[in-house]
Amino acid sequence: MNRLLRELLDGARDSVSSVGRYALFTGRLLLETPRGLLRFRLVVEQVYNAGALSLVIIMLSGLFVGMVLGLQGFDLLERFGSEESLGTAAALGLVKELGPVVTALLFAGRAGTALASELGLMRATDQLSAMEMMAVDPVRRVVLPRFLGGVIAMPLLAAIFSMIGIFGAQLVGVQMMGVDQGQFWSQMRGAVEHGDVMEGVIKSCVFGVACSAVAVFEGYHAVPTAEGVGRATTRTVVVSSVVVLLLDYMLTAVML
Amino acid sequence: MSATERRHGAADDPCVIRVRGLDYSVGGRSIFSGLDLDVARGSVTAIMGPSGTGKTTLLRLITGQATQDAGEVRVDGVEVSQLDRKGIYALRRRMGMLFQNGALLTDLDVYENVAFPLREHTRLPESLVRNIVLTKLQAVGLRGAAELMPHELSGGMARRVALARAIVMDPEILIYDEPFVGLDPISLGVVLRLIRELNDALGITSIVVSHDVREITAVADEAYLLSGGRVVASGPPAGLLESDSAEVRQFMKGLPDGPVPFHYPAPDYAEQLLGKERP
Repeated sequence: MNRLLRELLDGARDSVSSVGRYALFTGRLLLETPRGLLRFRLVVEQVYNAGALSLVIIMLSGLFVGMVLGLQGFDLLERFGSEESLGTAAALGLVKELGPVVTALLFAGRAGTALASELGLMRATDQLSAMEMMAVDPVRRVVLPRFLGGVIAMPLLAAIFSMIGIFGAQLVGVQMMGVDQGQFWSQMRGAVEHGDVMEGVIKSCVFGVACSAVAVFEGYHAVPTAEGVGRATTRTVVVSSVVVLLLDYMLTAVML
Repeated sequence: MSATERRHGAADDPCVIRVRGLDYSVGGRSIFSGLDLDVARGSVTAIMGPSGTGKTTLLRLITGQATQDAGEVRVDGVEVSQLDRKGIYALRRRMGMLFQNGALLTDLDVYENVAFPLREHTRLPESLVRNIVLTKLQAVGLRGAAELMPHELSGGMARRVALARAIVMDPEILIYDEPFVGLDPISLGVVLRLIRELNDALGITSIVVSHDVREITAVADEAYLLSGGRVVASGPPAGLLESDSAEVRQFMKGLPDGPVPFHYPAPDYAEQLLGKERP
């Protein structure tokens, strides 16, 4: 009984300390951000790595999610005889919720794992120690540009996801199911407000910070072995996904 | 005494690195106890010892990547453990280090790898950076490989590029961590020659951590043999070969059994074979 209690206490203490380490690391990155932005070329490279290289998967997923939304939305709205509201339903669903969340989950899987494994391998092959020995701070030179690249890329990807998603919903709803094109767009324009778009933008920015921070934290602190790098990559996906869904609930509750 | 006076005073000191009474332990396991070691200015000093004796740990202490529990680690008269982060970075800018596998930055080509410290620490015009990088690459014989990526290099070439990078800021101290591991005889000969030539031509102090006795004997002026957390022998490498100590002789001649036993500590062989429980 005593042992069980001790193990539980140890587990709780470990969890609190890892949350603390995450918070300190992210805090340091945010504090260093102005300095990081000065080396803009490095950041642009990472926006390309995290953003442009994730574009195809984001666009494809956006299209399919939008098309499913079109089908399900049409099926549901038809029961109430209001299928012309499909545009509104799809747009609100995508812009406020699915765009930021699904993009963040895909981002964690594509760009997050790439970041974590790259940093983990740099640790395992002494590249980070070599920088330390060259009096170059690896957090500033390597981690910060990658973090900022992810933070900048994420809202852009979410916007592209939502845009392609709406196109997908339109493709199914209007072209296949015969919803009136004028109604589809005009109802959407009438119902979707600036605040709805901003909700999505804020969410995607927060998710961008969270996913990038998790990826660089896990990669930078990876155990420098093949197994350690693998574990860091897995943890990146698991922690990012849980954090994104948790933050999504909290942000939705606050902003509704 | 001001820092400047200390620096001037230190420059006359024949020892660049002075370690006294060093104690260091990790997770309750003692790595060093009462270690004393001097590295003479302008020399090639070898630090040898069986695997796990803390040779690399000693380098970490000298370069400020770890802090000792007790004792002194002084570089040019300055106690490394007293330095703040800025001070440690200033100290490291006077040092170059060659890692075991080269530790080249995999996303940059050879040229950019060598130029990396210059770009991070100086604002030299591109033409000057180019001249310096090509000079250093020429010194290691790889000017022609400037455009290759690290994954296109052999192990020996990667180490030579890392060496060019280590000397690009004209360091006063050059540290080699296991520079001979995994090299073919030709690359090994090249690295050996470079260690000696760079040391003499640039007038720097070199520290080579290795357990390759034959190679070290060929290149070092002075050698320290570490075992069990202390220095068991020191002096010119040729002298160590003739040592009377069984411990030193076992290491220098590569004998499989001796003071360092062939067998890892285990219960009695016969008893264990006849016993039922799994080891």
